[in-house]
Amino acid sequence: MTGHMLHDILALGVPFSVALLLAALGEMFNQRAGVFNLGCEGIMSVGAFLAFLPAWFFKSGSLAPWANVLGFGGAAAAGVLLGGLFALVTVTFRAPQGIAGIGLQMLGWGLAGSIFRHFVGGVTGVEGVAAWPIPGLSRIPWVGTILFDHNPIVYLAFLAVPASAWLLYRTPWGLRVRAAGTHPRAADSMGVSVERVRYQALMLGGAMAGLGGAYLALCQAKMFADDLVAGRGFIAVALVYFGRWSPWGILGGALLFSLAQALQLSIQVGGIRFPYEFAVMLPYALVILVLALARKSRILEPTALGKPYDREMRV
Amino acid sequence: MPGTAALPPIRELVLEEITKRFPGVLACDRVSLTVRRGEALALVGENGAGKSTLMNILAGLYQPDGGRILVDGAPVRFRSPADAFARGIGMVHQNFMLVPSMTVAENVALGLRTLQRGLRLDLREARRRVAEVSAHHELPVNPDAHVWQLSVGEQQRVELVKTLCLGARLLILDEPTSALTPQETDDLLERLKRMTAELSVVFISHKLNEVKALSDRVTILRHGAVVFSGETANHSTRELAALMTGHEVEVARNQGGGAAGRPILEVRGLRVRGDRGHLALDGLDLEVRAGEILGLAGVSGNGQRELAGALAGLRPAEAGSIRLDGEEIAGATPRRIIARGMGYIPEDRHHEGIVPAFTVKENLVLKDFAAARFSRGGLLRLGEIDRNASGLRERFDIRCASTGTAAGALSGGNIQKVILARELARGPKALVAVYPTRGVDMGASEFVHAQLLALRAREAGILLVSEELEEIMNLSDRIAVIYRGRILEVMPAREATRERLGLLMAGVAHA
Amino acid sequence: MPSRFRLAYAAAVTLAAAAAAVAVAALALRAVGASPWATFGVILTGPLQDLFGVSEVLVRAVPLTLVGLGIAISFRSGILNIGAEGQMQVGILCGTAVALALPALPRPLLLPLCLAAGAAGGAAWGGIAGLLRARLDVNEILSTVMLNYIAAQLYTFLLRGPMIDPAELMTGSGTPQSMRLPRSAWLDRLVPGTRIHAGLYLALALAALVWVLLWRTTLGFRMRAAGAGPRAARYAGIPVERSLVGAMLFAGGFAGLAGAVEVAGVHHRAIEAISSGYGFAGIVVALFGGLHPAGIVPAAAFFGLLLFGADMTQRSAGVPANMVLVLQGVVILAIVSAKMYLNNPYAQERAARLLRRLGVRIGAVAPAGESDSAAEEAGP
Repeated sequence: MTGHMLHDILALGVPFSVALLLAALGEMFNQRAGVFNLGCEGIMSVGAFLAFLPAWFFKSGSLAPWANVLGFGGAAAAGVLLGGLFALVTVTFRAPQGIAGIGLQMLGWGLAGSIFRHFVGGVTGVEGVAAWPIPGLSRIPWVGTILFDHNPIVYLAFLAVPASAWLLYRTPWGLRVRAAGTHPRAADSMGVSVERVRYQALMLGGAMAGLGGAYLALCQAKMFADDLVAGRGFIAVALVYFGRWSPWGILGGALLFSLAQALQLSIQVGGIRFPYEFAVMLPYALVILVLALARKSRILEPTALGKPYDREMRV
Repeated sequence: MPGTAALPPIRELVLEEITKRFPGVLACDRVSLTVRRGEALALVGENGAGKSTLMNILAGLYQPDGGRILVDGAPVRFRSPADAFARGIGMVHQNFMLVPSMTVAENVALGLRTLQRGLRLDLREARRRVAEVSAHHELPVNPDAHVWQLSVGEQQRVELVKTLCLGARLLILDEPTSALTPQETDDLLERLKRMTAELSVVFISHKLNEVKALSDRVTILRHGAVVFSGETANHSTRELAALMTGHEVEVARNQGGGAAGRPILEVRGLRVRGDRGHLALDGLDLEVRAGEILGLAGVSGNGQRELAGALAGLRPAEAGSIRLDGEEIAGATPRRIIARGMGYIPEDRHHEGIVPAFTVKENLVLKDFAAARFSRGGLLRLGEIDRNASGLRERFDIRCASTGTAAGALSGGNIQKVILARELARGPKALVAVYPTRGVDMGASEFVHAQLLALRAREAGILLVSEELEEIMNLSDRIAVIYRGRILEVMPAREATRERLGLLMAGVAHA
Repeated sequence: MPSRFRLAYAAAVTLAAAAAAVAVAALALRAVGASPWATFGVILTGPLQDLFGVSEVLVRAVPLTLVGLGIAISFRSGILNIGAEGQMQVGILCGTAVALALPALPRPLLLPLCLAAGAAGGAAWGGIAGLLRARLDVNEILSTVMLNYIAAQLYTFLLRGPMIDPAELMTGSGTPQSMRLPRSAWLDRLVPGTRIHAGLYLALALAALVWVLLWRTTLGFRMRAAGAGPRAARYAGIPVERSLVGAMLFAGGFAGLAGAVEVAGVHHRAIEAISSGYGFAGIVVALFGGLHPAGIVPAAAFFGLLLFGADMTQRSAGVPANMVLVLQGVVILAIVSAKMYLNNPYAQERAARLLRRLGVRIGAVAPAGESDSAAEEAGP
């Protein structure tokens, strides 16, 4: 492989990782607090659509630059709302999380698709967010264009990794989240409201999934379609396992996926042809492989993951 | 004193007519009691008498259905444990309330809102508090240790230090000695006695010797109601026991006799890994003979769980052999081991002993539904399953509305009877009984003991794993002590004393 | 008194869940500018106006029943199969391939073979997820979702390439579809002028068989025990892992069969979008039917009505057909929430406590199927 090709793969792979990274970091907070949110996929769909809507609507107006800001805000707000709905079902009503997640996924997917078809109709492109090369840094040979020549959301997403680590390990809220996901009764007995912490984590996770979807619509694809998210929400959930519930592990997983995708694209461009459908399959097969190879460790795992907490339930 | 400087001691705490219902059970029925400053109150009763429920209400974890709590004469309402802590009431739970993946300091900081300012977490201050409290009360703990690395005894200390750091001036202890060796127990009682100089202590127990040793006053609960309150010194252990159970206690005893026969269960050099990957059993040797009960004493966490799992075929043996009536079963599937005549009363009866959503009759054939008696050509013989259930229900006095009731809806004692009925009806050659009477009421417990002795009389070999020395000493022919995955010593039951067993349980060999 | 309370409680929870589901669906309809009540009216009554409408409802109920039965088996066995969509597509491919490969076989051989191939294909696809869970502890929800995406690509690939009807290549239209199945592989049509086919009988017969399987056979006992109490099942010598794989084979087999039945009964060739969400709707059907065959059959008919009704509203009122997904999602959320509340004695106790505080007089509440001793302890 030539150095040039490697450069292109890296430069392509880095921005590809962002949607996965944002959603997976959000899901990490959900799972650290003890809730397994498979609805991530549906939240991303809604986020992508709501981000697309103002950009499409204000296409030619003078408000266009603000439309993207509005779009990201709307996506995050919708994520908070849907995360809250999921919390209502799984935390307050204590419904089984796996199936409830599939319900939320259908709901989000259906909502985004119906409203899109009603108001927009066919697939239309939007201008999206332009690249903001970082002055100076982006001109470093080779590395500059890989790391510092992207749209601003890419930089923010990568900053979100250390920020998440800090939030999880160094702040009182992170302490409460970890306690609620590992030993909720202990947290409760020390005056931590497990329900409140789980609501907060699900809302934060929802917001991040919404932003991940918005990134897809405004920065990556620059359009919306029913199947834009195409399983990335589920992949994000799998990445949390793969990354052992740690922000840095998740970053590694997201990069692994996006680089595999970039590699596959550049192989196709490079003239080695294999059926397009098999190329599309690749990330999904990779998820299964990654899950099969992931080491199980009982010490790191949020041990109360997936278990509804009821203070009065005697164990 | 540290942590409590801001709050004056509680002069008097009164519970008035506290009532609490759980689905199907009236756990506390208009219970009233009083605790005064510097006093140690023992709350005594059988398993299921409502002691823990009452104290969980006082600690803010449960909401009462009726009655009120008064602190220094003023009524208070605790909506959560935080409210109780704010009033200086802290509880050390029977199952430790510590997050295993976090450090001791983090566990303390979790409960201390003053160390949580916005997004800043003051772990240094948490460490300082831990050091201060542990020095003051002579409870040595390392604030930077991760909880999962600590032994049960150390966790017990951490739990105490944590509760004191959170400002408890009335300390509730729920069966604090259940996982300790007799020596550790004496040590803890000694510390608690000293603490009563500054604090009030409510001490839940059903071990009357501890109650006598520590408490000033005693309150006895039975079926959720107070049946007695008085000065501890004025009443004998025997008197208290009778009040606790409602009748003179008659413990089933192994009368000895019936020379033990051939070895039924032989374990040689067994090595098994625990959940964390460490060697939980490290070269364990054990022999149970036909017609005897071998009691396995030890502090929990020394390999009992892994031994039981290996005997059931659920944990792979890394090395060593297990022979059941002469046949090698190490590495065999559970099904084959069961077919060879192994019976089993598992530790977690709700999840390992029964399928809670299944009916009583289904649970009674859980091991044999595919046998010729209960199925033909792959189809279940429902009539036979019904007959089997009504027969066993009668014989084992299983109290249920019908054998079509979901087994999970029964009381703990009745669930244990369902398991016992299933296992004994199969006529096992060997039976492994793990904590068979934990958490069941005295009546069911007596029944279990009688059944174990009856099985012994039928020449089966029984391995009885228990934390209750009383139970082990009364029922066993021989007693083995397990410590860190090995058997330290095996002795005839009549030579065993509490002191000797205690030293062995603490790892002091050749006592 | 308490039993009256229990009834009222169950009714209240069910009504609240239904009301919440309807309210959310109505909001979503409002968002696309449709009148909720008119739309609900069209969906629920539109299809029942004539024989054709009824037949179309039944045509949809057949695959829904089959998929729902398989999902009920897997859920009851403790494995959450979300992969019916992909299993169905693999079933379509296998059934079609067999029928096209052996056109000369007589009907009594070819038709069963075609359906069996579909079932086998689906079972194999489901079995992958079962094995991954049993051997490597891979979360089956994630693996089945991923297998759906993979199956969808495989499906398009085969219909565009190796399995495409040569006529499509000749005319140049290139519609991705297979050749027509030989007539000997078709299921009989039951009513002339409609698409309703003999698969309906098959679905009903299999519903009865699944009931026998789950509640009357040792295999069913084993699978249910492994699902309801895996730890106890393990202690009792039941090979839980093997039972999980078995359950996934059944679930995949039913979905694959549903696919083959769709081909043999309705379309007579593999075309794109045959499965069209039946795999996901089947989950809702199974849950709505209480994971019991006697509930799944009517639930399938009800969701067949919804699916066809939604098609009609799209044509008549321009309501996007994706609305059905919204409805399904909401129904799932409402069912799992309500179920939790109905089965949780603590929630029941809390409701009773709240009522008592509000001054309503009710006796002590006992859990469903209370025990004698519990009743004694509860007192008056």
